Amino acid sequence: MNFSVILTTVGILAAVSAGLSVIISVADAVLNNYGTCQLDINNGEKLLSVKGGSSLLSLLASEKIFIPSACGGKATCGLCKVGVLEGGGPLLLTEEPYISLEERKQHIRLSCQVKVKTDMKLRIPEELFNIKEFLCELVEVEDMTYDIKRLRLKLPAGESIKFKAGQFVQFYSKPYGKVREEAFRAYSISSKASETDHLELLIRLVPNGIVTTYVHTALQVGDTVRLSGPYGDFYLRGDCEELVMIAGGSGLAPIRSLVYDVIEKGLPHKMRFFFGANTMRDLYYMEEFTQIERDYPQFKFIPCLARPAPEDNWQGVTGFVTVALEEQVADSVSKEAYLCGSPGMLDACIKILKTKGFTDETIFYDKF
Amino acid sequence: MAPNISPLIIFIASIFTSNMILNNFLGMCSYLSVSTEYKTATGLGMAVTLVLVLTTAINWPIYTYLIVPSNLFYLQYIIFIMVIAATVQILEMGMDRYTPDLHAKLGIFLPLITVNCAILGVILFMVIRNYSFVQALLFSFGSGLGWWLAINMLAAIREKLATTKLPPGVKGPALAFIVTGIMAMAFIGFSGIFTIQ
Repeated sequence: MNFSVILTTVGILAAVSAGLSVIISVADAVLNNYGTCQLDINNGEKLLSVKGGSSLLSLLASEKIFIPSACGGKATCGLCKVGVLEGGGPLLLTEEPYISLEERKQHIRLSCQVKVKTDMKLRIPEELFNIKEFLCELVEVEDMTYDIKRLRLKLPAGESIKFKAGQFVQFYSKPYGKVREEAFRAYSISSKASETDHLELLIRLVPNGIVTTYVHTALQVGDTVRLSGPYGDFYLRGDCEELVMIAGGSGLAPIRSLVYDVIEKGLPHKMRFFFGANTMRDLYYMEEFTQIERDYPQFKFIPCLARPAPEDNWQGVTGFVTVALEEQVADSVSKEAYLCGSPGMLDACIKILKTKGFTDETIFYDKF
Repeated sequence: MAPNISPLIIFIASIFTSNMILNNFLGMCSYLSVSTEYKTATGLGMAVTLVLVLTTAINWPIYTYLIVPSNLFYLQYIIFIMVIAATVQILEMGMDRYTPDLHAKLGIFLPLITVNCAILGVILFMVIRNYSFVQALLFSFGSGLGWWLAINMLAAIREKLATTKLPPGVKGPALAFIVTGIMAMAFIGFSGIFTIQ
């Protein structure tokens, strides 16, 4: 009796769902079939033939053009902006909060909300073509401090990455332990921009962080790592004589890349790099930066320890970075500031920089 | 047996005296979250009304000719919900294809509406009260208009509130709840006309 009830229930539910799915599939095939559509990007620079019916964001991704997106197509992050000159239909209510009046005039749309139904003309910033996906091999792991690891990744043979020093990549973790899903986080590139077949990242273990725990516990030399990039607008502007650089913890990564960029290109900028840490055991890359300081007089390295232990015999600045900043940066004349670190530290530093005359136009930062 | 009430009375009653939101408090989540702008609220109200009438028109025959004869009452909730979801999905695809302008205005709300309790609520009321097809149709149309009316009223008030100085404690959803409560009390005034429940 009970058995037959269960059987009929399952049977009926299966029949109803099957019936409905057939109807939906048929409707999808008939109603959602827009045939092949031509995408004309930047006035004929790139012509793509795609199968219509999906969002512009996903179709571009399938053509290996990666528009930055953090929410995955739910119209909540507002990052996936592209210019749609023709064939995009009216602006949708879901997009309105993210598109300013100025952008509306330039036909900017959220690519996750625009569905490809006809031939389209698009305008996509040149640098986004640079964004690629790489399957890298992890060739080296080094403990820089007790909680920061340096990863050295080798790009697939024949592929190269062109990035501006200071930019970041997205790092995809694989399922491990109790974590069932893939996750991704952004990490700044710490290696030189001139080195295009390898990448280095500095990853600090965040308590309970999905990706950092993966990197610190599950990842082994020889593993394959999926990355996409480069992204971000944290890179050298250089419209000045002196660069004030400030970093805390793993925020050193993009600054290291920036310093090497200035040196390798032979740029004349003076650089002053304030590196904040708590105690001696949080410091790393000390020898390297001291060496650069000896070799290049234009570069000054100022490590600051907030709480040095007596036995450390610390000779440098004691106190937060803000103290050193207050003392050693006199004014903002012909200076730009580049900051990377925790929000708390950045906010405190930005406050001080502003009292010295720095403005939103001369302060560049990467918060994490 | 269908109750002996004129469908027209059901229609008017479902707008005013048994308003989906102000009397039954159904469909509150989208009512609260999409009521900050009058224009958007209008779009959502229109979409709810459309989906209500359509799903009721489809679920009524399913109930009468499938669920009742085969004694499947214990499965009605699942079947109703699956039918609603499928209908909304197909409606969205159809709108996108043939009426892109309308889709731009309403289409984005359709996925939201699938899980709106007012939609299932209307269908369950239809079942409990044994409505005939015509009664059910007018009931669903009226309920949709009532929901639309309520969200538009709230949106109009919230647009005014957006530029008003308010004590920090009541800003946002808190005040929306209070306003809804006052509107519901005002709607009690309609209950003298006639009731259907």
